[in-house]
Amino acid sequence: MSAFWQLLRRDLLIAWKEGGNIGVALGFYLVVIVLLPLGLGPDLNLITRIAPGTLWIALLLSALLSLGRLFEADFEDGSLEVLATGTLPLEAVVAAKALAHWLSTALPLIAVAPALGLLLNLPPEAYGVLVATMLAGTPAVSFLGAIGAALTVRTRRGGLLIGLLLLPLFVPTLIFGIASIGAALTGTDSFWPSFLILIAISLAAMALAPLAAAGALRLQLQ
Amino acid sequence: MLAMQTQTLTQRLANPSNFMALSARLLPWCWGLATALLAVGLYLAFFGSPPDYQQGQTVKIMYIHVPAAWLSMLVYALIAVSSFGFLVFRHPLADVSAKAAAPTGATFTFLALATGSLWGKPMWGAFWVWDPRLTSVLILFILYLGLIALRSSIEDEALASKLTAVLSLVGIAILPVIKFSVEWNSLHQPASVMRLGAPTIHPSLLWPLLVMALAMTMLFLAMQLKAMRNEILRRRLKTLRRVAAESAAGLSQQPAH
Repeated sequence: MSAFWQLLRRDLLIAWKEGGNIGVALGFYLVVIVLLPLGLGPDLNLITRIAPGTLWIALLLSALLSLGRLFEADFEDGSLEVLATGTLPLEAVVAAKALAHWLSTALPLIAVAPALGLLLNLPPEAYGVLVATMLAGTPAVSFLGAIGAALTVRTRRGGLLIGLLLLPLFVPTLIFGIASIGAALTGTDSFWPSFLILIAISLAAMALAPLAAAGALRLQLQ
Repeated sequence: MLAMQTQTLTQRLANPSNFMALSARLLPWCWGLATALLAVGLYLAFFGSPPDYQQGQTVKIMYIHVPAAWLSMLVYALIAVSSFGFLVFRHPLADVSAKAAAPTGATFTFLALATGSLWGKPMWGAFWVWDPRLTSVLILFILYLGLIALRSSIEDEALASKLTAVLSLVGIAILPVIKFSVEWNSLHQPASVMRLGAPTIHPSLLWPLLVMALAMTMLFLAMQLKAMRNEILRRRLKTLRRVAAESAAGLSQQPAH
């Protein structure tokens, strides 16, 4: 198990030392949120109503930016081959890298989401539930994203392709994230069912996605 | 003993040369049957079935729309089964089947979406509504596009086949979840959409529909066999070209050495 934590620590250190990727993701998040009201016009009621969905979709797109490079650097310099022949199963390698992506990219994005919510006039009672749904849902984004990253690791235009491959997979996460927020805001009692399903999707993705991603990687390492 | 016999039978059928011989014999029958059934089905649809008392003549769109929607799912299931067969048993013919079915399946899915929106305009007053069924078929269409795009973006054909097979299995695993979530989503919105699937469908409408469903399935079968034959021929041609190029290179190198 210590190999898993070593790998996680290494990936987090790389993300921290490089720093560029997360900066780009945060900047992209900001730009999308700023452009949206400019495109829709300054109708505060409309913007308030679509704020949770906008924050979620922009977060998915920002996470997608860095997902494409999840395995790329390790694949190109050969570290992935070394990891594949090591004691740690490739599934665990994938899980460690996806977890590192979640910690280094998804968490900072979630941290700035409330600040961007201010720009969109998000109702005060929505902040807590917005962050809660994002914390519960984004593990699925990082882990399902690992499948897309593994499938496109050898393609040159992977960055464009990965969006086409991954966005359909993100549909359930997005729907249940938004459904939980909507239920909490309207005060209906359906918050817990959709929130628990959101958690279930994340847990299922964490358990199953490494299998598919490791399978795809193995085919390319042979 | 019996198990061995069945295995040799599937092995014989899965041999590309045997497949080419068998499909050459089957194809004319498939085309003929598809044409005859289409003729009968379209005749029944346009002249043999009454217009709906509410929807009028627009109900005729159903005879294309419903079989196309049915095929969009059937073809994806075929791709998933073929991909599984390819990944587990490593049989090239299964990959040929998965590769050949993807564009056809995408076309049927597009046909279902297009006819659905043409039908939706007079019925719902809009070409597109975010009804759960429409949404999940649209996502299925995007999955098809993903399969085609992934295969075409990897130059190494053997690798492209394997990765596309992985993606199609991921897709079949997540499709039920997508369908479930999309339906869940619609429960929380006011029901504004007239739903299809009346409890009972009158036999005068049902028979033409069944014939059309069978006709379009035959049409798909014929197109699938033809596309698989084309793909096998393309691969053979590619191998021949490579061998020819290699032997030419070998000949030109010989005097130099």
